[in-house]
Amino acid sequence: MDYATLLQIFDSTLRLATPLLLACLAGLFSERAGIFDIGLEGKILAAAFMSAAVAAVSGSVWLGLFAGIGASLALSALHGVASITFRGNQLISGVAINFLAAGLAVLVAQSWFGQGGRTPALIGAGRFEELALPFAESLRAVPVLGPFYADVISGHSILVYVALLCVPMTWYVLFRTRFGLRLRAVGENPAAVDTAGVSVVGLRFAAVGICGLLCGIAGAYLSTGLNAGFVKDMSAGRGFIALAALIFAKWRPWYALGACLLFGLFGALESRPDVIEAVLGFKVQAQLLSALPYIMTVVILAGFVGKAVPPRAGGEPYVKER
Amino acid sequence: MTLMKSLLGAAASLALTAGAALADPAIVFDLGGKFDKSFNEAAFNGAKKWAEETGGSYREIEMQSEAQREQALRRLAETGSNPVVMTGFAFGSVLGEVAPDYPDTDFVIIDMVVDQPNVTSVVFTEHEGSYLVGYMAAQASKNNTVGFIGGMDIPLIRRFACGYAQGAKAANPDTKVIANMTGTTPAAWNDPVKGGELTKAQISQGADVVYAAAGGTGVGVLQAAADAGALSIGVDSNQNGMHPGKVLTSMMKRVDVAVYDAFTAGTEQPGGVKVLNLAAEGVGYAMDENNAELVSADMQATVDAIAAKIIDGEITVHDYMSDESCPALNF
Repeated sequence: MDYATLLQIFDSTLRLATPLLLACLAGLFSERAGIFDIGLEGKILAAAFMSAAVAAVSGSVWLGLFAGIGASLALSALHGVASITFRGNQLISGVAINFLAAGLAVLVAQSWFGQGGRTPALIGAGRFEELALPFAESLRAVPVLGPFYADVISGHSILVYVALLCVPMTWYVLFRTRFGLRLRAVGENPAAVDTAGVSVVGLRFAAVGICGLLCGIAGAYLSTGLNAGFVKDMSAGRGFIALAALIFAKWRPWYALGACLLFGLFGALESRPDVIEAVLGFKVQAQLLSALPYIMTVVILAGFVGKAVPPRAGGEPYVKER
Repeated sequence: MTLMKSLLGAAASLALTAGAALADPAIVFDLGGKFDKSFNEAAFNGAKKWAEETGGSYREIEMQSEAQREQALRRLAETGSNPVVMTGFAFGSVLGEVAPDYPDTDFVIIDMVVDQPNVTSVVFTEHEGSYLVGYMAAQASKNNTVGFIGGMDIPLIRRFACGYAQGAKAANPDTKVIANMTGTTPAAWNDPVKGGELTKAQISQGADVVYAAAGGTGVGVLQAAADAGALSIGVDSNQNGMHPGKVLTSMMKRVDVAVYDAFTAGTEQPGGVKVLNLAAEGVGYAMDENNAELVSADMQATVDAIAAKIIDGEITVHDYMSDESCPALNF
């Protein structure tokens, strides 16, 4: 295996990790505030459809992005109303959102475009272009790091960099601001937050809203960054792998980056069976690689490698004592 | 099969025997959906053509999940649709159980052989069509490397891959063939993101022509290839127009003809196995204005000569499904 192959794998890793990372951070905000969100998948799918549809009609990918975020926020609001305001079961609400999004996206796509639940292929300004970072070409001559910068770091759509920036931002917001402290507290002991005179409902809605925003970006990246249009069920379980990554990362932002990059690497290696064979000396079934994220999550959950403790008040609607 | 079900089925078929001659045909589309721009869409086009020409009407069901297969077949048979046409290998085992319960209904299954007296099985020689496009791919490749991306890893898709690899090696023995499958679940037919990623990986290994036999996943393959300036090959339907000038050709599988013929035959189905091969024009490669500049007259003449040799039996293309192995490609 040569260096160029390695670079290609890292390049692919970063692309595949981005939607996972965004969805994982979305889940992080929501779950840290005590709202389990199994509906990440549905939100990604709705956003993927909406951003592709609006980008196809308007020809502007940015309008598409905002529309995608809007669709995802609408589903978030639904989740919030069901599970915060009406104190419904968060898992059921999440599952409902997944079904709703999968069905609605195809139905609406069919009635708008008549192409069987697809959007037309996006062209030109309807897609996120690959961004060449400054000095990418001139630094290529630098040994080792030059090609790494030019091939792996540079040359992605802007949403990849947004996703990477979200990691330190999430860390800062959650662990260095008053809002973050309260948000984490509301996921551990909402009664204490309430006693302190801070609105539990307000904080939880804020968290669910941030979750919707990030899922919206993830969906837009799938349909307008990685692809050029929406195809039914195109999220292909990425929302669930993001949940697995979240558990794997034990609900911490930097670990989330690591987990998503690891899962992205598995995805990238799946495309290169020849490399695995060259490195290990024997053939590994691609299916094993696609199952690995789930296997590792089960191992973590079983407590073999440290312990994954979810936020204590997670999954429970907050009821004020009377 | 429970007695109750058999009784119900018998009662229903008895009740409908009188109107059988007037029964409408029905078609069941597999999970990709009838607008997958590929396999199911070809079937849909055949049904549409029949309806336009005869003015008749037909019933259709699109599968949404694996669990619906048996239900859909029974519902159509019990409501008197005849013949019932289904697209896709995945109906095979279900049809084997359902068909004996409705002896008066004719079933037609595409892409799979089911041995029942009232079932007509239509199969295509995809390896022959794939051989032709593989030959063209190797001719068009500048790096002597061509790629193949399959959808779900099943013997049928390996048959595509194997024929393609044989064709590519026949055109140029030094050609390297890189083959990847998208996955092992039906979700692999609808994952354009992964399709695109596989395409980029193959292009980085030097492939400059990529053949997608992957249903909806192929949309991502064709897109990624067009973005990277590589050529791609479509499948089942004519996909040349999806990226004009970037799609070398499409391996046509005339599912539309199969459905049209089945609908036209009505209740007079021949039964048995019907093989639509190169000679019967069941498979072939697509030429139109979108790829006219990519395929030189020279290339076309060579490929047509190869096709003639396959029809004559001078060239035999190995069928992966005959012995689950491929001489030209190692899975």
